[in-house]
Amino acid sequence: MDRRQNPAMTRRDMLAGAFRAACGAGLVAALLAVPARRRAEAVALRPPGAIDDTDFLSACVRCGLCVRDCPYNTLKLAEAGDGQPVGTPFFTARNVPCEMCEDIPCVVACPTGALDKSLTDIKAAKMGVAVLVGQETCLNFLGLRCDVCYRVCPLIDQAITLERHHNERTGKHALFIPTVHTDKCTGCGKCEKACVLEEAAIKVLPHAQAVGMLGAHYRLGWEEKQKAGKALIDGIIDLPDRMPETPAMPAPERLPGGGFKEFKP
Amino acid sequence: MSPSREPRRPGLDRKRRDGWWAAHKWLVLRRLAQAGFLAVFLTGPLWGWWITKGTLAASMTLGVLPLTDPLMALQALLAGHVMETSGLVGAVIVLAAYAVLGGRSFCGWACPVNLVTDFAAWVRTRFGLKDAYPMDRRLRLLVLVGVLVGSAATGTIVWEAVNPVTMLHRALVTGSLFAGGAALSITIAVLLFDLGVASRGWCGHLCPVGAFYALVGAKGLVRVSAVNRDACDNCMDCFTVCPERQVITPALRGAKNGVGPLILSRDCSNCGRCIDVCAKDVFTFTTRFHDGPGACAQGPAKKALQGEKML
Repeated sequence: MDRRQNPAMTRRDMLAGAFRAACGAGLVAALLAVPARRRAEAVALRPPGAIDDTDFLSACVRCGLCVRDCPYNTLKLAEAGDGQPVGTPFFTARNVPCEMCEDIPCVVACPTGALDKSLTDIKAAKMGVAVLVGQETCLNFLGLRCDVCYRVCPLIDQAITLERHHNERTGKHALFIPTVHTDKCTGCGKCEKACVLEEAAIKVLPHAQAVGMLGAHYRLGWEEKQKAGKALIDGIIDLPDRMPETPAMPAPERLPGGGFKEFKP
Repeated sequence: MSPSREPRRPGLDRKRRDGWWAAHKWLVLRRLAQAGFLAVFLTGPLWGWWITKGTLAASMTLGVLPLTDPLMALQALLAGHVMETSGLVGAVIVLAAYAVLGGRSFCGWACPVNLVTDFAAWVRTRFGLKDAYPMDRRLRLLVLVGVLVGSAATGTIVWEAVNPVTMLHRALVTGSLFAGGAALSITIAVLLFDLGVASRGWCGHLCPVGAFYALVGAKGLVRVSAVNRDACDNCMDCFTVCPERQVITPALRGAKNGVGPLILSRDCSNCGRCIDVCAKDVFTFTTRFHDGPGACAQGPAKKALQGEKML
């Protein structure tokens, strides 16, 4: 170890030492790169204003200032097993959703820019997107008028609307389907928190997992037509539509009470 | 310095001569400082009196004083992210403070991991455990380079994936230490490493945070000086308690080489434990401008004499 005091240190020794040093530094970098890659698995929700998940870990120092300034104890720092890198802020909508404070104190507190200060209107936040994943369990899908997710939504009739559909089961009722509009939904999670089921049928997911993306070259023909004011292609030959021949329907049998036999209300 | 002669109860002579307080003064003050650094973070969550929010990674004191771990800011920069103004200002304040105080004062006086590794060292001394796997103290510089390269390569602040300093501090401040999280595991790992693998293994050989602060405060003003080195009777107490024992030799035994009594190595953490245990009053705190009697006008003859001998 006293090589330093040995005057006979050769160029070979120096190169060998430099090589060992480079290997050691590379080893540390390689080992640390393993947990660093975990960012792709993000599931839990980030605070409002959080920059893109691939950049988040280049900025967040895991100091917890956003957590301290959250007045509703929504935000937590991740522990091992929470699905986020240890020490980074997140929230679980089903436990405590974001209350969407107008002054956004968590963003104001962030010293690093991991939460982007350019977010000043909480309604523009994109913490995630609510998705009605439980289409077999959602009470509105079953034909009831639960409507709870729709009613608790801070952006009622914008982020969630009730869309009327035909109830195929009864044949004569309507379904009021809670429908999320991703351009308005902030991902606050109040709908997921309020869902009356044992396991929420509506869940907030990170944006990338919740929303598909059209190919950049895709065009919606009907929109293009409207923009152009006419069909984009001239002289389309409209061929006759050939339909299967409809079998003749027998006349419905009348019941003595005045109703029809086939109609079961 | 033959290991067989190392005392198992360093400071005993000092205690017999001057009493318990004199033999533990700097140790107690240091523990109070460490407790104080924790307390300012804890009064808020415990009793609602907010003094400092955040953790050692980044904090805000009384709503006006931002402090940021400068190594963290550097990693973020290499990862391609420029921090907010308050984060950058905080990093500059911390850099300036430790450039003046001596960088590794952080390790001795603020870092919570110091409690763990000091405990391990105390156990090793008390039971006379020999160092089984001696390592090169320059390893921490390699780890530091690895951290910086890793940050640039992955675009993330890589050291935060494993950093025991911020993990332990965060767990203490948020009260989650005993919830069975990563902080407890990594703290136990550091303790076991220092106990069973290498004496002063973590702080003295591997921690890149300490290595970074050492570089920052290499020319720090606050220094320990072996002013009364002529009185030294080679009892080995100071070497036994010193977490960076290689820093003492040049100052304490440099008279014959014309080296001044100031401990100038960047690795000294200004813990002052050598001052406590010395029964001959050899050491004292001073500044780097007081290179007292025995100082050599033309400076040290060889760099090796300035604490660069690494093991």
